[in-house]
Amino acid sequence: MKPDESRVTSHESPDSQWPLWEVFVQPPGGEPHQHAGSVHAADAEQALQNARDVYARRGEGVSIWVVPSSAIVASTPDDMGPFFDPGNDKPYRHPQFYKVPRGVRL
Amino acid sequence: MDPKSDAAEDPARNAEFEARIARGESIEPKDWMPDRYRKQLVRMMSQHAHSEVVGMLPEGNWITRAPTLRRKMGLLAKVQDEAGHGLYIYCGTETLGVDRHELVGQLLAGTAKYSSIFNYPTLAWADIGAIGWLVDGAAIVNQTMLAKASYGPYARAMVRICKEENFHKKQGFEIMTILSAGTPAQHRMAQDAVNRWWWPSLMMFGPHDKDSPNSAEMMRWGVKRKSNDELRQRFINLTVAQAKAINLTLPDPELRYNEATENWDIGPIDWAEFWRVVKGDGPCNRQRLAARNKAHDDGAWVRQAATAYAAKHASKSEAA
Repeated sequence: MKPDESRVTSHESPDSQWPLWEVFVQPPGGEPHQHAGSVHAADAEQALQNARDVYARRGEGVSIWVVPSSAIVASTPDDMGPFFDPGNDKPYRHPQFYKVPRGVRL
Repeated sequence: MDPKSDAAEDPARNAEFEARIARGESIEPKDWMPDRYRKQLVRMMSQHAHSEVVGMLPEGNWITRAPTLRRKMGLLAKVQDEAGHGLYIYCGTETLGVDRHELVGQLLAGTAKYSSIFNYPTLAWADIGAIGWLVDGAAIVNQTMLAKASYGPYARAMVRICKEENFHKKQGFEIMTILSAGTPAQHRMAQDAVNRWWWPSLMMFGPHDKDSPNSAEMMRWGVKRKSNDELRQRFINLTVAQAKAINLTLPDPELRYNEATENWDIGPIDWAEFWRVVKGDGPCNRQRLAARNKAHDDGAWVRQAATAYAAKHASKSEAA
């Protein structure tokens, strides 16, 4: 089929795609909410409905959170090293650091 | 763009990137990646998403004519899943810095590719069975491999999709089992559907390895873990026994078991047909694109209403 370039532009302004929302679904069984993906929606209510239809068609969830993607603050890969460093050099935070008498069940 | 230019641009980061791929690490949206990796992923993932969306059309054709309520419910759920799969993959593609809106615009304008298999018509009810069994079966082989892709959001979308596709394949195989064991006319309908869908299903895996430069690059980057020919062979080996079990014949007089390789060898694939359909001259290319455009245009008022509703409520809550 002959590509119709005018289509691309005709779809741009009158037909915007709405804000992006990140979707977190809590599975049954008491596990925490987990990131599932994202949806586009005009408002929060529609975001919840879209998230249900896209990410919970088979009872995958008992609760859904939707958050505007722009509201998420995330660490960046570039400062991953220094950012997580304080947690990496403290072996005494792990049980393996401590010695107990042999044969004792703890 | 020449892949070497990325390396020249930033050799240290590029080396680190290649090392991460070699270690089997997952590449995440905010991580540095070569431009070429990003571009190739956008191309591959958006084509995949478009395929899910266009894939709704051949099957949607039979929703109103499904033979029983049970079949109608199953088919509706399957077509709804395909819409969901399209959305999972568009969402994954957006993490690479491209808007879904832009991708959908390319599909509607006819400048984007999607899987050629969906340019074939669904002439009889048995075609719905053949699609579930063969087309979804081939897709599962491909997508199971992609669930280990190096790009995290793509891999995660594939895991979700693979879980759901098993239902698609099974419902298709059930349709074929029942038709094949039915009246002589039903059996003929099932066999005719297999005759028409078998070769296009094999073409879904793409050109032979020697003719697929994109594929080699995607394997080097760990996006694809197996080559087109390896995946195709796996699908053939799985399907031969399934066809035999339900008394249907795969339409290839040269199909035979190779003791040495322990594979089923097939006759030559008609690549001229494959390229003809890819380039836009399949039986239904124009019809599919027209149907997508109509659906998009007919839905405009729904999108406008939702936008107006959201704006009204936003201004109300501001006033309060």
